[in-house]
Amino acid sequence: MDVLLQQLLNGLILGSLYAMVALGYTMVYGILELINFAHGEIVMLGAMVAVSLLTLLVGAGVPVPLALFLALGAAVAVCMLTGILVERVAYRPLRNAPRLAPLITAIGVSIVLQNLAMIFWGRQYLSFPPVQEVQVYDWMGATVTNVQLIIVGVAALTMGGLLLLVNRTRLGRAMRATAQNREVAGLMGVDVNRVIAVTFAVGSALAAVAGLLIAAYYGIAHYNMGFTLGLKAFSAAVLGGIGNIPGALLGGLLLGVIESLGAGYIGDLTGGFLGSHYQDIFAFFVLILVLVFRPSGLLGERVGERA
Amino acid sequence: MISILPERLSQNPRLAWVVFAALGLLLAVLPFLVDAGMGRTWVRILDFAMLYVMLALGLNIVVGFAGLLDLGYVAFYAVGAYFYAILASPQFGIHLPFWALLPMGAGVACLFGILLGAPTLRLRGDYLAIVTLGFGEIIRIFLNNLNAPLNITNGPQGINMIDPVRIAGHSLTRPIEILGVKLSGAHGHYFLFLVLTLLVIFIALRLQHSRIGRAWAAIREDEVAAEAMGINTRNLKLLAFAMGATFGGLGGGLFAAFQGFVSPESFGLMESIMILCMVVLGGMGHIPGVILGAILVTVLPELLRYIGPLQQELIGRVAVDPADLRMLLFGLALVAMMLFRPQGLWPSRVRARELRPDNPDEVRQEQESLYDRER
Amino acid sequence: MKSKLLIALVLASMAGGVGASETVMIGCVAPLTGPQAHLGKDIENGARLAVDAINASQPTLGGKPVQFELQVEDDQADPKTATVVAQKLVDEGAKGVIGHLNSGASIPASRIYADNGIPQVSPASTAVAYTHQGYETTFRLMANDSQQGKALGQYAAKLGKRVAVVDDRTAYGQGLIDEVVKAVQASGAEVVGREYTTDKSTDFTAILTSIKSKRPDVVVFGGMDPQAAPMIRQMRTLGMKIPFMGGDGMQSAEFIKLAGPAAEGVIGSSPGLPLANMPGGAAFTKRYTERFGKIQIYAPFSHDAAEVLIRAMLKADSAEPEQYLPELAKTQIDGIIGPIAFDDKGDLKDGPVTLYQVKSGKWETLEIMGGASAR
Repeated sequence: MDVLLQQLLNGLILGSLYAMVALGYTMVYGILELINFAHGEIVMLGAMVAVSLLTLLVGAGVPVPLALFLALGAAVAVCMLTGILVERVAYRPLRNAPRLAPLITAIGVSIVLQNLAMIFWGRQYLSFPPVQEVQVYDWMGATVTNVQLIIVGVAALTMGGLLLLVNRTRLGRAMRATAQNREVAGLMGVDVNRVIAVTFAVGSALAAVAGLLIAAYYGIAHYNMGFTLGLKAFSAAVLGGIGNIPGALLGGLLLGVIESLGAGYIGDLTGGFLGSHYQDIFAFFVLILVLVFRPSGLLGERVGERA
Repeated sequence: MISILPERLSQNPRLAWVVFAALGLLLAVLPFLVDAGMGRTWVRILDFAMLYVMLALGLNIVVGFAGLLDLGYVAFYAVGAYFYAILASPQFGIHLPFWALLPMGAGVACLFGILLGAPTLRLRGDYLAIVTLGFGEIIRIFLNNLNAPLNITNGPQGINMIDPVRIAGHSLTRPIEILGVKLSGAHGHYFLFLVLTLLVIFIALRLQHSRIGRAWAAIREDEVAAEAMGINTRNLKLLAFAMGATFGGLGGGLFAAFQGFVSPESFGLMESIMILCMVVLGGMGHIPGVILGAILVTVLPELLRYIGPLQQELIGRVAVDPADLRMLLFGLALVAMMLFRPQGLWPSRVRARELRPDNPDEVRQEQESLYDRER
Repeated sequence: MKSKLLIALVLASMAGGVGASETVMIGCVAPLTGPQAHLGKDIENGARLAVDAINASQPTLGGKPVQFELQVEDDQADPKTATVVAQKLVDEGAKGVIGHLNSGASIPASRIYADNGIPQVSPASTAVAYTHQGYETTFRLMANDSQQGKALGQYAAKLGKRVAVVDDRTAYGQGLIDEVVKAVQASGAEVVGREYTTDKSTDFTAILTSIKSKRPDVVVFGGMDPQAAPMIRQMRTLGMKIPFMGGDGMQSAEFIKLAGPAAEGVIGSSPGLPLANMPGGAAFTKRYTERFGKIQIYAPFSHDAAEVLIRAMLKADSAEPEQYLPELAKTQIDGIIGPIAFDDKGDLKDGPVTLYQVKSGKWETLEIMGGASAR
């Protein structure tokens, strides 16, 4: 029982990280119907900027809360700028091109960002400076740490903020209008280009926060960390129903739990025939099954089958 | 200048023969010229270039002809390679002959293509891309782990000591003397690959100009309209997928026999993207362009090696490791090509006009058709 | 000793100007670009030190004075490139090869060397398969993964009767853990859990939780430091206070940096003796640092690789591979790294493995296992 509880907790924490990243995919897809392949790399960028700056500041004797605040601010700024730049340079000129074109540039941008990061930071792993003593709490036979609680808390706050932004503000309304019908929204006086740029900026800011949390949780950051993470988060977004914000949350949490329980129990369930080496397959299976049988995902309503 | 060549050739058969003869002669002596001028290494690089030409032409059927973005193409390559490796190595002590295994491997890859294609091909373009990507990863993960409880693929260790190609009982990895000309293993493979590459080019050309090829083009341009014209889009898309997979499987078998060693590492996502890069760079759907793309993408990284020593000479240290530049350049190339030259470096004339029309009426027409497609 | 060395160096610098002697080419291959470039350079420098010293001693073959020339090539740690440069060395007439670094490169390249009868001595590749392909030309100077896994397994069994293992599904990690499992069982302990991850993962909570439920006394990991570091951190946060062990992939300064305080008490193994314990370690370090700076890991091994190759040639009085290969197999010398002799596979006989433990943020030697001169 305590094992099951622990696995569920593991899954929920992992899932809340997926959810944060999945939001970025889903927002962009909702508005542009574009799979922003480079989103995972934006998360990586956020992590790398935050970790290197934090290391620098803490090393220079800046008090930890201030250093954290500055590092997060810098990461958010860098990611937002990169997000806007990527949209402006690589996606906007292709908005009316055949669908393959922006997808290929998206892959290209992803490779470029990854390799620029590699040249800039080198191939070494960066380590997250020890800014917070890890406390382990026992809870009904399972363990949680203060860092995990902080991560879940920050994730919940950010995502709550996003929901408010989208549902309660003028900007949010413009975003929803653009997502429904770009042309009509334009006719109604919405500056579509601006809304799209802002969407990228908001998604990238979330990515920066996610990057910092991921680096803090695992203690490391690396130029290569974004791609697989991005794919899994995308699968989560699809699972929940791409283009749907609550769907991304649900999909992220579910995928985290599926992976965790899957890796934990697949060996026992198959009598040792399959083992935890297949952990990474779950995300792809979920992706394929959902796309084939229910392309609209769990919460989506759109029919995703236009040519 | 080059792009007008085929048209003039088709009008002038005699000129065509001269050009073909010259080309044939050049291809026949190329390995010797390269060997003498640049060293045997470059013959081996040529071998790889041809292998990639075959793969790129296979992917081109899917991406270029039918307009389906396949990001897991390398899976079929892997299937072909492992099929050959398992049945012609000490792994199970089975040593079937190369010439029997090669078509069988291509057939098995084709079967995988159909198995994957059947449920997924009704998906929209970008979803299909993601699903194929997932499929590619799943295949790689299985290859990496199918060593227990029953050892099929030998897991991460890969399969080694794969039988080389044998022609008339002679192993192609060993040097041989024919008519007083000494041929190394690299030369032998060159001629084998050349023959197969020409065969693949021939098939691709015939396909493109066939009924099927025209139907693919119709699907690529407007699937709904194609369907309305009575084209069975589902079957034709499946056929494109299967054909592409077949070529991938063929390339895989050759790779396994040539390299003598396969491991799951060789079949990662980046390999898929490299092959995609070849197709995009050269010109999607245009066979000569794709060939050019494959050669460029194979040869350029080799040239990049010289950047290290060059930096040493110029600025006294190696500021940017050439190995680091390779992928960066490919990424930039993908973006730049899509933005500035979506028709590729060497596009077909039709496609070039379509994507970069110089006639304003055509521009409007194209935009309208795109607009239709989107909503 | 020191003055002799000085004379040798002076002579070496003069020998360059004489040029009347014949030269024998010895290939040296390692990744010189990319993430392992510094390790590749380490190999090159070590070999160069040996070659220069021998050249200075005015060696003769068949009565004629001879100079040995190191031909250095970059395999980019890539299996495909490895075969390309191997072919290049063969074509250029290398008589013996020092390299490669990565097992994934050594194995495919070894086929090309073996086909041409050229002996290959790897200073660094540890995969068992490398010397077990049935080639007579493959040798290595490092304890292989089997020897290392055995040492790890035996030590783990000493720490507790219930052992859990994790591998990262790379050729290295899987090979190592397979040997650990065998050794644990042979020592009368039990493997209570075997879990898997990848070389790109960072989240291990799921597999660690299921390991925890099996109540092991010790966890052994086969993989690299970027995975080992978060793994030990997550073990500690899951309340697992049992010992954690791993192979040379995580026995690095990087691991301690990444794992932070959680690294304390972790045990890591590494093939070969610690530099300080090598019989010729101190003198070699001095020679090396005077010329090239800091030793990474492999320099003593590549030095001895050059040494055994050339000594065998001198003993056979011929640089022709078929002449000196039998002498190479019978090698019996005291190298920098200790006494060197090969078993019938070409593996270092009784290769020593050293266990280290992190104590106050540093790797300290814990125990030396195996090795004829363990003291």
